[in-house]
Amino acid sequence: MLIHKKRPLLGKAIPGSEITPEGAYLNRRTLLQGAAVLGAGLSLPGLARGGLQSDDELTPETIVTTYNNFYEFGTDKGDPVKYAHEMAIDPWQVKVSGAAHKTGTFDFADVIKGIPAEERVYRFRCVEAWSMVVPWEGLPLKAVLSQFEPKGSAKYVEFKTLVRPSEMRGQRGLFSSIDWPYVEGLRLDEAYHPLSIMAVGLYGKALPNQNGAPWRLMVPWKYGFKSIKSIVSIRFTERAPKNTWQLLAPHEYGFYANVNPAVDHPRWSQASERRLPSSFLTPNRRPTLPFNGYADEVADLYTGMDLAKFY
Amino acid sequence: MVPTQWPWLKLGLWLLLSLPLAELAWRIGLELQQPTSGLGADPGEAIVHHLGTWALRILLLAFSVTPLRRTLRWQALGRARRLVGLFAFAYVTLHMLAYMFYYLQWDVVALFEDFSKRSYITVGIVSFLILAAMAVTSTRGWQRRLGRNWRRLHLGIYLAVALGLVHLWWLTRDGYAELLLYTIWFVVLLWLRRSPLLTRRVGSL
Repeated sequence: MLIHKKRPLLGKAIPGSEITPEGAYLNRRTLLQGAAVLGAGLSLPGLARGGLQSDDELTPETIVTTYNNFYEFGTDKGDPVKYAHEMAIDPWQVKVSGAAHKTGTFDFADVIKGIPAEERVYRFRCVEAWSMVVPWEGLPLKAVLSQFEPKGSAKYVEFKTLVRPSEMRGQRGLFSSIDWPYVEGLRLDEAYHPLSIMAVGLYGKALPNQNGAPWRLMVPWKYGFKSIKSIVSIRFTERAPKNTWQLLAPHEYGFYANVNPAVDHPRWSQASERRLPSSFLTPNRRPTLPFNGYADEVADLYTGMDLAKFY
Repeated sequence: MVPTQWPWLKLGLWLLLSLPLAELAWRIGLELQQPTSGLGADPGEAIVHHLGTWALRILLLAFSVTPLRRTLRWQALGRARRLVGLFAFAYVTLHMLAYMFYYLQWDVVALFEDFSKRSYITVGIVSFLILAAMAVTSTRGWQRRLGRNWRRLHLGIYLAVALGLVHLWWLTRDGYAELLLYTIWFVVLLWLRRSPLLTRRVGSL
């Protein structure tokens, strides 16, 4: 096993700058140089460990990369790892449109050029009431978006996933009610929050296809479905984009989708979660925290909003 | 009825209907040797889904026995009805227990909350209760004691299967192919059970 169960990896009392280089995941690093990560850790001590509890342990890589919701490849959580390799991620282009000064179609390599990747260990909470702890490598979303020079009128940003039925068998299905592409969005101030990243790797490796290669959004205080994968389109808008799950079932999924134990999903209580790995004999259930434990960092984005209404 | 066929049919059904449980036991064995090898990242979910899926399939099978007996004119099947029904009930019960352990950790308050708040749980539990009443009264003794009411009670199978399907419809977020197949089969069975040729013989049950 990659991670020993009893060892707390990241405690609240320990500065992230000290502990990050010692994490077990660092040994598997291929994407980044240790020095760069140390630098990131020093400049963002609060973020590298942001919101992690002393008993949060990394979810093993084998689980992070084999248990995925990526309906473009099938609705079973084992489908993405089986079929996502059929998706070609090179070349990869990103179309930027809407209320920005620099729009057009860009090569992925050009979009990420010059933006240093940072290590971020985040809790990941699915709306289905399971959760993981994942060491991502990601680019601060603000750095990614601001290079396109959004206009003052831009209030939201919309993302779309690749549509390529020939390589994404879930998009060929007759019995799916999803209208591809998968769409997600953020308020621009949410997108500019330092916790928001575009993940390009996990466990020190390039992002596997089933996890959303070549890049995917990662907003750790929101339910997992917000963190859209394999992004090919970025659009700056004045109005809130309609995200896929909200279109599909508006009474179940909202635009904000902030993790909130006090607001139940109609199908699940959100008060607690199954932390993976959960085992046959012990389900490893634990209470869910407001904003997935990142309330200190992000709660002021929503001052004065009724979170039961804007779910 | 051809009495000599029954013991073989019974043996075959026992083996067949135990297979999903055997598979689960095998996977649990793997899991105990090495975590995630048998049941994946979320063993609780895997067990609940496996038992639930087979509960519904076997329930549909139980519902199919009578129409099949008539359509195929295979009288020995008549005795299979109780056996298949009890197997379905066993899978439903295990499904319930697994849900109560993995999802609720035996928290009875949470169970009542789920029951009252989440409609797919409500219909699931109602279906379970109907099947429980049918299972308890499935003996000859109860059949005698209840007289005409026994038949009325056991017409509950219609509701139990329908609620089982509704349970899954409300649970499914996308990917409806399999569910559609079950539903079509259920409708076909309803049609078979209601054709005039068949209703005429219901009295002879």
